Amino acid sequence: MPNRISIRIDGELVQGERGQTIFEAAQSNGKFIPGLCQFKGLSTVGACRLCIVEVQGVNRLIPSCTTPAQDGMAVITRSARLNEYRKQALELLFAEKNHVCAVCVSNNHCELQAYAQRLGVTNVRYAYRYPKLPVDMSHPRFVIDHNRCVLCTRCVRVCNEVEGAYVWGVASRGVGSRIACEMDRAWGSASSCTNCGKCVQVCPTGALAEKGFAAEEMIKRQDMVERLATIRGVMQPGGAR
Amino acid sequence: MKNVAKARLATAWLDGCSGCHMSLLDIDELLLTLAGKVTIVFGPLVDAQHFPEGVDVALVEGAVSSQDDLKLAQAIRERSKVVVALGDCAVTSNVPSMRNTIAPSRLLERVYVSGVDLHPGVPEEGVPKLLRAATPLHEVIKVDVHVPGCPPSAAAIAHVVTELLAGRKPELAGTAVKFG
Repeated sequence: MPNRISIRIDGELVQGERGQTIFEAAQSNGKFIPGLCQFKGLSTVGACRLCIVEVQGVNRLIPSCTTPAQDGMAVITRSARLNEYRKQALELLFAEKNHVCAVCVSNNHCELQAYAQRLGVTNVRYAYRYPKLPVDMSHPRFVIDHNRCVLCTRCVRVCNEVEGAYVWGVASRGVGSRIACEMDRAWGSASSCTNCGKCVQVCPTGALAEKGFAAEEMIKRQDMVERLATIRGVMQPGGAR
Repeated sequence: MKNVAKARLATAWLDGCSGCHMSLLDIDELLLTLAGKVTIVFGPLVDAQHFPEGVDVALVEGAVSSQDDLKLAQAIRERSKVVVALGDCAVTSNVPSMRNTIAPSRLLERVYVSGVDLHPGVPEEGVPKLLRAATPLHEVIKVDVHVPGCPPSAAAIAHVVTELLAGRKPELAGTAVKFG
């Protein structure tokens, strides 16, 4: 069976398929690796660094969502060292924008918040930046609040790869980076947006939300988008087109 | 029952809504046990005017938002063995930090001058000056234990206080304790 590969995950020998990433191989064997930017069926970008793993024989930590699994690889997904780096990555996300969980539409339904709880982040060691960021309410049904964005780019990828509308992109550089609609227009005046709402559903935080919800009320429905992203005939292992 | 020395517990209310204090009162029958183990020496629940010396555990609610908050936070640190940041405002600066992108002078002008019809004017007497930004407690003093939550659940507070009084550092990782 040339397409089968064997890898060792946390000491356990498991089977995977050639072309799978380490993340996918782990997931298909019921092994949990955290990941905020990863979304099943979409291409991978390695943006959030939560899915870092240790690979035997490699000095640095490796993002498992962008690294192909190779036959004979030995991967560690859980260690004190990994947990410390994952916590740092999360804390930097919290410090970078204005995440006020208590008043967020996605409170208690947020992947960022849930990972902080799961990985034991009880405070942020880095100084908060408190950047001044816009909230675009111009779309009749949806809203984008840049204060809550973690720049995972799931919205960009789902719009490009599943809906095919290419509405979203990333504007600016470094710490000034933000999600932008078309050529940085207000969402409500976007001519290419089909109002499908897939970007809203895949958003891991309250950055993209439907209008008309108060704090804690926005529950994302990701199952259908995940299905649409994975049933395409051209779907390749590892996502993308 | 032997008369053992009671621990000296202080609570403080900085820039917050007092919801964390409500959650503290919500620990139900544990309050009776606590009453036998601690003396509350400062906070909104008692009448002390100055933060006393020799405090064993200080539970601090709220972000550091004004000159008074800052002075009190520093006094708390100097005079307490263990400082607990209680709730999201103390831990992350939470809702109070939502003013941080606006300069205090502009903020006060908007609220007290252009925002009102009757007696416009920024109050200056008897109110402390706002700091440029509301910050988490650990950005101005060393904090020993962080208890996030808006508010932290009564169970979380009960766990933290019980552990501290037993001389242990409360472990919160892997529990129901979370932001928000």
